[in-house]
Amino acid sequence: MKHLTEYRNPVLVYQYLEELHRITTKAWTLMEICGGQTHSLVKNGILDMLPSAITMVHGPGCPVCVTPISIIDEAIYLAKLPGVILCSFGDMLRVPGSKTSLLETKARGGDVRILYSPLEAVQLAVENPGKQVVFFAVGFETTAPANALSVIHAHKRHLSNYSILTSHVLVPPAMEAILKDDESRIDAFLAAGHVCAIMGMEEYYPIVDRYKIPVVITGFEPVDLLQGILMAVLQLENGQHLLQNQYARAVNRNGNPMALETIHEVFEVSDRTWRGIGNIPSSGYEVSEYYKQYNARTKFQLSVPFVPENGQCISGAIMKGLQKPVQCPNFGNQCTPENPLGAPMVSSEGACAAYYHYSSSSINNNDHKVISNSK
Amino acid sequence: MNAMCLAIPGKILSITEHTDAAFRMGKVGFYGIVKQVNLCMVPEAIVGDYVLVHVGVAIAVVQEEEALLTLSYLDQMNEVDELTTPSL
Repeated sequence: MKHLTEYRNPVLVYQYLEELHRITTKAWTLMEICGGQTHSLVKNGILDMLPSAITMVHGPGCPVCVTPISIIDEAIYLAKLPGVILCSFGDMLRVPGSKTSLLETKARGGDVRILYSPLEAVQLAVENPGKQVVFFAVGFETTAPANALSVIHAHKRHLSNYSILTSHVLVPPAMEAILKDDESRIDAFLAAGHVCAIMGMEEYYPIVDRYKIPVVITGFEPVDLLQGILMAVLQLENGQHLLQNQYARAVNRNGNPMALETIHEVFEVSDRTWRGIGNIPSSGYEVSEYYKQYNARTKFQLSVPFVPENGQCISGAIMKGLQKPVQCPNFGNQCTPENPLGAPMVSSEGACAAYYHYSSSSINNNDHKVISNSK
Repeated sequence: MNAMCLAIPGKILSITEHTDAAFRMGKVGFYGIVKQVNLCMVPEAIVGDYVLVHVGVAIAVVQEEEALLTLSYLDQMNEVDELTTPSL
């Protein structure tokens, strides 16, 4: 397999960079949607190497970051119930809810388990017939097939002790919400390659046409990202707005039909509140009526009250591309991965955590200079 | 914990068919680590194929030819010269 060596090939990276410097004549702002892409850009130092006219802003594609406080409170409520095993991807544990986190709940005796896959949670339900197993089903379109498959597996195995607590969100409605924001200054999107591996390309054509904005479906390796940026900038410099697919090795026009069938079997489209952004109509998935016995909200009759955001966290402005992490006055002092004020500092995909862990001193220093000058 | 949106490519080492296709499983090798992976969403995948695996489920077969396609863009970059924009 040549993937990792070729897609991290420094010679290729420099060739793409050189080309990008050569063709860029105007200032452009690009948003990468996916938090995985954000981390790759920051970790590999790509932000430092881009032409100064190109600004990358970091999109809302961090499922942990956009899960609202109220849903984290729901998970914590469930984890505290006797007889419940609350299973979650590891990233969710340290995200602060309104009063506490799942990690603190676990430390105080809540049965919280970190799992790699929702299918492991189904197995846990098989092995613990006397317990209710709830999987905290957080994610974008990429994760929806696996979470839906867990419900199908539970149903086929006649399990009455398995359910999922969904916080499932969709990329295209979020892109539209960002573009409709009056302050938005995004010239092009890098769409999330793995989301499109599931969903295909069709749903992005209307966005390209309606907003006359280039969208390049892009992978995650440095060479992928630079190629995606180059394709987007080429379009912008040529006055074009097209949907292009940089990540053709994994994405085809129709997506994965079996994965889509699984999603549509279990989920229906629902309105969702995005942490830091607000309610976006038809922007997520909820368990369908047919499978409602696997919906933890129905099963446990959840009625956790709505909780407003922590006012100190500017995650909404960051995820809409209006601010950079280091422009937050709390970045690195009041808010660190050890004591996060908001989710983007917690998640391995959060933009703030990426800047905190990997960002070069030049990015930090330059941005801090901007802040200190503006004060 | 891997980033949740990331899918990792791995090679299918063996496949265990099941009477119900939803439970089709396989052993997939990722750079020396072998994991049990659900293969129901890649029914076309056979032993030796590379699949993208996300939270325990294979979501796409990755064709090596397509992987190499990306590299051919380098050659195509000569087309970039058609741009009438000055060099930086």
